[in-house]
Amino acid sequence: MEMVASGAIGREDSRLAMIRRRLALSLRSPAPYLALLGFALFLGFWHLAVEVWQLPRFRAMPSLGAVVGDWISRDPIYGLSLFTPEYYAHIWASLRRVLLAFALATALGVPLGMAFGWSPAFRRYVFPLFEILRPIPALAWVPLAIVMFHGTESSVRFITFLPAFFATALNTMLGVSSIDESYLRAARCLGASRWQTFRHVVVPGAMPFIFTGLQISIGVAWFSLVAGEMLAGEFGLGYVIYTGYTLVTYPTIVIGMVTLGLVGYVSSAIIRLVGRRLMQWHARNLGIEG
Amino acid sequence: MAVTATLAAKGHGRGSDLVGAGLSIGSVLILWEVMAAADLTAGVPAPTAVLAAWWNLLFDGGYWQSWYLSAFRVAAGFFAALVLGVLLGLAMVVSRTLYGITFPIFEVLRPIPPLAWVPAAIIFWPTTELSIAFITFLGAFYTIVINTLDGGRAIDQRYVQAALSMGASRMNVFRRIVLPGTLPSVTTGAAVGMGITWEVVVAAEMISGGGSSMGGSGGGTGGGLGFLIWNSYTGGSYEQIIVGMLSIGIAGYLSSGLLRRFGQWATPWIGRR
Amino acid sequence: MNTPCLSRPRGAIRIQDVVKVYDPHGAAVTAVDHCTLDIAPGEICMIVGPSGCGKTSLLNAIAGFHDITSGAIYLDDRLLCGPGRPQSEPGADRVVVFQNGALFPWKTVLDNITFGPLVQGRSTLREAREKARALMADAGLADVESSYPAQLSSGVRRRVEIVRALMNDPSVLLLDEPYRALDSLTKSMMHESLLQTYYRNKVTIFFITHDLEEAIFLGDKVVVMTSRPCRPKKIVTVDIPHPRDHNVLTSRRFRELMDETMSAVHEEAQAAFAAGEREG
Repeated sequence: MEMVASGAIGREDSRLAMIRRRLALSLRSPAPYLALLGFALFLGFWHLAVEVWQLPRFRAMPSLGAVVGDWISRDPIYGLSLFTPEYYAHIWASLRRVLLAFALATALGVPLGMAFGWSPAFRRYVFPLFEILRPIPALAWVPLAIVMFHGTESSVRFITFLPAFFATALNTMLGVSSIDESYLRAARCLGASRWQTFRHVVVPGAMPFIFTGLQISIGVAWFSLVAGEMLAGEFGLGYVIYTGYTLVTYPTIVIGMVTLGLVGYVSSAIIRLVGRRLMQWHARNLGIEG
Repeated sequence: MAVTATLAAKGHGRGSDLVGAGLSIGSVLILWEVMAAADLTAGVPAPTAVLAAWWNLLFDGGYWQSWYLSAFRVAAGFFAALVLGVLLGLAMVVSRTLYGITFPIFEVLRPIPPLAWVPAAIIFWPTTELSIAFITFLGAFYTIVINTLDGGRAIDQRYVQAALSMGASRMNVFRRIVLPGTLPSVTTGAAVGMGITWEVVVAAEMISGGGSSMGGSGGGTGGGLGFLIWNSYTGGSYEQIIVGMLSIGIAGYLSSGLLRRFGQWATPWIGRR
Repeated sequence: MNTPCLSRPRGAIRIQDVVKVYDPHGAAVTAVDHCTLDIAPGEICMIVGPSGCGKTSLLNAIAGFHDITSGAIYLDDRLLCGPGRPQSEPGADRVVVFQNGALFPWKTVLDNITFGPLVQGRSTLREAREKARALMADAGLADVESSYPAQLSSGVRRRVEIVRALMNDPSVLLLDEPYRALDSLTKSMMHESLLQTYYRNKVTIFFITHDLEEAIFLGDKVVVMTSRPCRPKKIVTVDIPHPRDHNVLTSRRFRELMDETMSAVHEEAQAAFAAGEREG
């Protein structure tokens, strides 16, 4: 009777059918048409306001046609398009900084957060330091970072790293302290040592929070990277946006912004996917309980 | 940034915690002082030097002017974001059509960091002041909309049904169920958004006021704590950089704390941990 | 059957004059007050009392989650906690089944069940799995081994949790209102299945509940506790012979025992209610 597990039915073969069913369902719902309407209104207004009606403040803005035209042109007027190697060089420069900062933030933040959550003594003495530094916006560190590291590149990396590190450590700590006391007790009851409890209960139990932290982490990394590159960069998408302004090649500003949004979105989507893969139990909990 | 709110809700601050905090912070300050004396801090000035510089600044009208300018920008951007964000969020809760049209665009624009809008904002808005306010607005706006939307959608349908069964009209349901039901997550979103606005305002001030060719107006109207930091950097006064950083930290901490207090006061039915 | 049968009964619990005072913010609260209780090996001892009366403090003391203020607790003449040793060390000889369930959500049923023997280094993975499968088959849980707990109904989860406890060949099972959240039909299914399990693996069962019917149906001994501070008020021996099934519920003896005990329980419930002792 009630012992039939609801999720134990064959998975792989039903997955394709499920995707197809979902697709059919969503095409019958109004959502995709409304979304299309929304984009049409947005882009339509942009085009009309800048090029056709030439509304007062909009006149100075790059037009939709100019941006898209340049972006997909083999011979862009303003120097940057899908076909120029510089475009990818800038993306790579930004991406590399973010990935480096993110990797370092994860490597340091997760263990630190675990220690905060796991050891009250460590938390009592070290957490206040952490809390005092945290309200200072990452970007306020730029000048000091330049002084400390004698160079713009490492200071851009530093301010990209810093907020990512805070987000990761904090969420990991929250994850550890969110673990239900009875799991810890159950583990001890069943004879687990402190280390085994840590490995089998604390780490997996904190995992959902850690991945939330990683998502926030990569978001804030992009957030401050842009500012860092504008202030002190010599490469990267933030730099593209900034020079687009100073060199009055306005369409590249928008190309830079859109690219930034895309790359940022993809990077956090990848983390979400990895998280889901690693925490199937969690995804299924959510799926079943609503 | 979204973490700030969740954590600060956790109460601490008992006696032994204060002792621990004092010990750890004190020892780091001493270590820093010693290292600075031995010239091991890569040019970062010693705590005592920073304190001395801060003391001097306390009597400097320009310092307080910077506080005022930054706070004013934050307030302007933040309240605009609060009003428009809550309105849009609620409208998206109430109308599925509006949600269907707006939300996808919203999701496409959201990954673009607010600071990437700085040049576009400067081109669009007639004054630097307005463009900084716009960027600040953008920083808080997304968070507030998303929180309002999530809060509104998470309202238990049984409350609505209960209200309807007691004879409430649609307007009643909106006023007495949807509004208060959304309030807790609005206050959370606002506190998080406030944190972001300080972050953004600093950068916007540094980029537009402090950056080489932008804004143009330089010292006078540029102002603000972010500008103070940048100016101290270009002027070689490293103590003042740290004073500026700490000032912004304090400002952000105070305003978020104030907002959170206000949120607790406005939602007394939410259990305190 | 499948488990190494416990030929010599073990699991005698002696609770001697135990006092537990909580002192969180200077205001001392006595949770357990001079409580003395003897539980025979292999006995099902049901502890009945209103919610929040301090029963769980007693269980926590036996399990080793909390210390006691004075008194002593012995398990088979071994001092668990007492003079000079305020808190016992949690161990797999006294496994707790928790009120809201504590199956690890991130482990499959099989991994949950084999957790104890594996972390204790008592058996190899293969031995542990073999034993787990045998116990699961006995409990009618054969086809859920690769599910995650969240995919199971709460009744199945409780049964899995009891199997997880039995994997360690404990001498005592400590159950803290395990069936509290279940509906009454599922609950009675759980009762019969617990008894079945008990007949196969004779362990001492220390079972906390506030449901008198449950207590009399399952128990060899029903201990009605006073409301905070908690101490035995009335001890009733249930002389209904094992094996029992749901027909017991309508028997005359069952009704008589209910009548005999009800007023004691009701008095305490009223006292607790008047004192404003709510669920905590």
